[in-house]
Amino acid sequence: MDSTSFHIFSQLMLSGVIAGSIYGLIALGFVVIYKSTTVVNFAQGEIMMLGAYFCYYLVVTHHIPFLPAFVMTLVFSALLGILVEMLILRPMIGEPIFSVIMITVGLATLLRSIVGFVWGHETLPFPSPFEDATFEVFGLVVAPAEAATIVSALVLFLALFAFFKYSKLGLATRATAFDQRWAFLMGISVRKIFSLAWAMSAMVAAVGGILLGLVGGLEPNMSFIGMKVFPAVVLGGLESIVGAVVGGLVIGVSESLAGGYLSNWLGSGVKELCAFCVLLIVLMFRPYGLFGKEEIIRV
Amino acid sequence: MPSGNYKTSYRDDAKIFQTIWVKAWLFVFLALLLVFPFFAGKYLIYLANLMGIAVIGVLGLNILTGYTGQISLGHSAFLALGAYASTLLTLRLGVPFWLSMPLAGLFSALCGLLLALPCLRLRGLYLAIVTFAFYFIVEYTIIHWNGLTNGTGGLTVPEPNIVGLAVDSDRKLYFLILGLAILGLIFAKNLFRTEAGRAFIAIRDNDVAAEVIGVNVVRYKILAFMVCSFYAGVAGSLYAVTLNFIGPEHFTFLMTIEYLAMGLVGGIGTIAGSVFGVLFMTALPEAIRMLRDALSSHYPFLVSRMSDLQSGLYGLTIILFLIFEPTGLFGLWLRIKNYWLAWPYSYR
Repeated sequence: MDSTSFHIFSQLMLSGVIAGSIYGLIALGFVVIYKSTTVVNFAQGEIMMLGAYFCYYLVVTHHIPFLPAFVMTLVFSALLGILVEMLILRPMIGEPIFSVIMITVGLATLLRSIVGFVWGHETLPFPSPFEDATFEVFGLVVAPAEAATIVSALVLFLALFAFFKYSKLGLATRATAFDQRWAFLMGISVRKIFSLAWAMSAMVAAVGGILLGLVGGLEPNMSFIGMKVFPAVVLGGLESIVGAVVGGLVIGVSESLAGGYLSNWLGSGVKELCAFCVLLIVLMFRPYGLFGKEEIIRV
Repeated sequence: MPSGNYKTSYRDDAKIFQTIWVKAWLFVFLALLLVFPFFAGKYLIYLANLMGIAVIGVLGLNILTGYTGQISLGHSAFLALGAYASTLLTLRLGVPFWLSMPLAGLFSALCGLLLALPCLRLRGLYLAIVTFAFYFIVEYTIIHWNGLTNGTGGLTVPEPNIVGLAVDSDRKLYFLILGLAILGLIFAKNLFRTEAGRAFIAIRDNDVAAEVIGVNVVRYKILAFMVCSFYAGVAGSLYAVTLNFIGPEHFTFLMTIEYLAMGLVGGIGTIAGSVFGVLFMTALPEAIRMLRDALSSHYPFLVSRMSDLQSGLYGLTIILFLIFEPTGLFGLWLRIKNYWLAWPYSYR
């Protein structure tokens, strides 16, 4: 491998890691909700998008500086998460899994339409709070927004990991996920845990959405990232925070490499396709994901 | 004295027409459907055609999702497969429409079989994700296999021809679609009086128990996927001739949502519900459109946002029905009927 092809390879790896960090962040949102409420939220991508658009609205329409706008977006997302949980998911407790999946699919459609209705379908450039200048690390070109992506993914990942592992509330959350009834009997307020999980997940999603907007601008189709992250979540297993991040990175890097090396032969969309092909094959042999909790039912 | 809908044998219970009134009303409805195109305008007939196609598609989805309990988020992929298969058979090989349509159904069913294989061990969420992945792969293939499908450029669909009889107007197409939709309804209704249909329901209610009582779960899951995709394939080929033109933009993920919404609104796991759901979900956007036309002089920007309004409405309908009326319009209808059957003693 000569030096140019190595350079191309490492640049591809880097962009894979950047995309993977965003995937990881969105996957984290999935895992946080699933870990505490055993609900799979098909509207994760849309909640992410709504957060990003809200931040855009504050920054561009109301000329609020980025940092306060960012904090306000986090608050807004947390409220949105709680509201969704209270109004939509709570009546679904005890309903069959089909209904729960369908209601989040319905929510996804609704939120996407709201964004399209309010902000239109054109790509909106997100005003970057960072300097435009890129800098070089080990000869690789990095934009500040991209560096921020990796850093914030890392920080949020560590924070959530620590929360679930060491805090009392995190323990309560895990207990709720393990068995709602027993957790309730042990004096845990299951309602509060559910609201908390949705609020946290929506906040993580909003951070992911803003970062995505900084890198690539805003448009309603960005919500499909939520669907594209599924391969990452399944690869990592729905219960595992580490798995979400690892899965996100694996998918991001393999997409980037496939885009760099295979798209000449197979067309530009091969990037997005490879993750789904991997997913199909993995699920054929391991129906509960690579690191997912195995529930053996032989039928 | 027996009152209400009182039955003394299983034979009575399994009857399709439970009372003579059901039969009579059905024939009145059928007669209305037959004379409808001679009075309706062009747009109404076109709308009715789309509704007939949707009935066929939703029936397929209902068999798989409503009766067998296998969530599918890839239904529009099967419609696309059927539409492209029948169009390409006619365009490339000169196969007449009356043959290419069932062949498209079979091709779609074959793809359903292929999808069923990795899905056999999956349930719930993972199944939903895999069927979504399948949709994605089909969409990718259609967009990128330029030589076959002309990519995003789309294909112009030749005029269908049934044994020498050209189906050259929407009205003729209406009778074709009506006939096929009725066939589809009769088949679906009867399917659930047979062993296979009962097996589907058993798998939905509890697959472990179904296996224990001797239902071959693998075989019937595959069968359910195939029947569902056959329906979708036929619906897709009809969709193609109704639109005269197909492209990947006609078979979006939103289409799957729309079909799922129709099934849910009508009442998931009921045959009549499929028809109710299609009626409701077609009438709703039309009502919105009329409302928009009335309001557009005051709010001109509504016109450009119509598609968002419509998809948002689908989403909202799904949510509201799941929360407030999970049995759908059919359940609502049953409750109203039961209430009046025993009126004034509404608690039976």
